[in-house]
Amino acid sequence: MTEPINQIGTWIDIIGILSSVMLVAALLIWVERRMIGIWQDRLGPNRLGPLGLMQVAADMIKIFFKEDWIPPFADKAVFVLAPMIIMVTILTAFAVVPFAPGIGIIDFNFGLLYFLALSSLSVYSVVLGGYASNNKYALLGAVRAAAQTISYEVFMALSLMGVVMLSGTFNLRDIVEAQRNGWFCLSQFLGLFLFIVAVVAESHRTPFDLPEAEHEIIAGFHIEYSGMKFGMFFIGEYLSVTLSSAMIVTLFFGGWLGPEFLPPLFWFCFKTSIWILFFVLLRASLPRPRYDQLMSFGWKFMLPLALINLLVTGGLVLWMES
Amino acid sequence: MNSFKLCIDLILSQFQTLGTVLQHTFTKADTVEYPEQQVALFPRYRGRIVLTRDPDGLERCVACNLCAVACPVDCIALQKSEDQEGRWYPDFFRINFSRCIMCGFCEEACPTYAIQLTPDFEMCEYDRQSMVYEKEDLLIDGTGKYHDYNFYRIAGKSIAGKGKGEAENEAPPIDVKTLLP
Repeated sequence: MTEPINQIGTWIDIIGILSSVMLVAALLIWVERRMIGIWQDRLGPNRLGPLGLMQVAADMIKIFFKEDWIPPFADKAVFVLAPMIIMVTILTAFAVVPFAPGIGIIDFNFGLLYFLALSSLSVYSVVLGGYASNNKYALLGAVRAAAQTISYEVFMALSLMGVVMLSGTFNLRDIVEAQRNGWFCLSQFLGLFLFIVAVVAESHRTPFDLPEAEHEIIAGFHIEYSGMKFGMFFIGEYLSVTLSSAMIVTLFFGGWLGPEFLPPLFWFCFKTSIWILFFVLLRASLPRPRYDQLMSFGWKFMLPLALINLLVTGGLVLWMES
Repeated sequence: MNSFKLCIDLILSQFQTLGTVLQHTFTKADTVEYPEQQVALFPRYRGRIVLTRDPDGLERCVACNLCAVACPVDCIALQKSEDQEGRWYPDFFRINFSRCIMCGFCEEACPTYAIQLTPDFEMCEYDRQSMVYEKEDLLIDGTGKYHDYNFYRIAGKSIAGKGKGEAENEAPPIDVKTLLP
C-alpha cells in the first residue's frame, strides 16, 4: 500500500500542465468553429493568420476589452464568484489526470472519486451564476442544470464502478496499468457509453445543453454575464470537455498505453484530442431533447442500464475468481 | 417494454446522425470566398436598377409614375415632361439606393420595359449622398433584357412621324362621321 497522496510532479509539471490545458481550452474555440464548419459544409473562421488560427487571439482581445457589466439587481458577490468556481474545480481536477508515467501532479489512491467529486462541484458555478443573476431565464437555466446534474451524476459514478471492479483500484495510474491486457472499452463498452452520456450532460454540451438552451431560455444561466466573466464560463466548458476526454481515455482507452515507437505522452494527447473532436461532432450533429424527455431518459433508461452493467460485471468478476 | 424499445431506437438514430455528419468531412464546402472569388450571378438577378433605351436609342421611360407607386420604400422620384414630337419623358428621374430594397416591383410595374434590375450589387459608398442616382447615372445605352421592344411603335399614341393607326398591328381609326361602311 502506497501513501494515499504522492506528489509526483515538480513545479515545472504543474506550470506546464496548467498552461497547456489553458492553451488547449483557448484553441478549442477555433477548433470547434472550424470543425463544425467542415461538418456543415462551410469553412469556419479562416481569415486571421494561417488557417484562421489568430481567431483565438482576436476573440481573446475582444472578450478582455468588453464592458464587464454587473447588473444592479444581481447578488454581486455571488455573481462574481460563480464563474470562478467552474475554472477552479475543473483545473484542480486535472491534478489527478495521469498524462504519462512520471508526468502529472499527484498520484492519488482515490483519484477517481476525486475526479467525480470535483466535476460535480462544478455545477455550483452554473447554479450560483443563475441564481445571482436574478433573472428568470437565468434561474430556469440554473434549475435545469441542478436537476440534470443530479440525475446524470447518479449513473456517472455507477457506470465507472465496472472499471473499478475489473482493475480493483480507484487509483487512475493503476487503472491505466490494468489495461495492459486489453482496454476497458472492450470489456466495459456499456459502461463507456453510459460514461460518455454522463460527461456530456455534466459539461452541459449539446445535446444536453438545456441549462443554456438558446431557443427556449435565450442563454440560460449566463444570460447576464459579459466580458471576461462570460469568457470564464466559456473556457470552463472547454476545460471540462478536455477533462472529460482525458478521463474517457484514462478509464476506457488505456491512457498513455500504445505502441512503443512514440512516447506515452503522445499517445495520451492523441487519444484525448480524438475524443475532443468527438465532443465537437456531437455538437455539430445532435438536436437538443425536450426537458422531460431528458429527465425520463436519465432515470428510466440510463440508470437501470448502469445497474444492469454493474450487476453483470460484478457477477462475471466473481465467477472468474472462483 | 415499448418505451425501452423507443429508447434503443432513439439512441441508434443518434448514432446514424453522427455517421451522416461525419461523412461530410469529405464533402466540399459550399462557401464562395467572395472578394477573391466572384459570385456567379444570373441575368435575372435583382441588383442595381438601370433605365434602358429602345432599339432606336431613345429613352424608353414614359414617366407614367407606376414604378414610383409600386415602390414599397418610396425610393423613386420622377417628373413627367413632353418633347416637341409628343413623346413623354421624365424631366428628372431619381433613385435613392440607400433606401432601395431591390425588390423588383418597379420592373414588374413598368409598362415599357424601361426600368430593369441588373446583376450588379457592388455599390458601396462612403458618402450617403452618393447613393442617390440621377437620370444620367441610371440611363444605359442598350436595351437591357428586351432587345426588340419599342413602346411607341406598338402603342396607339401619335407622335411626330407616326400618326394614328400606323403602329404595328393597329387598324386605321374609324371615321365616325361618314355613313359608308
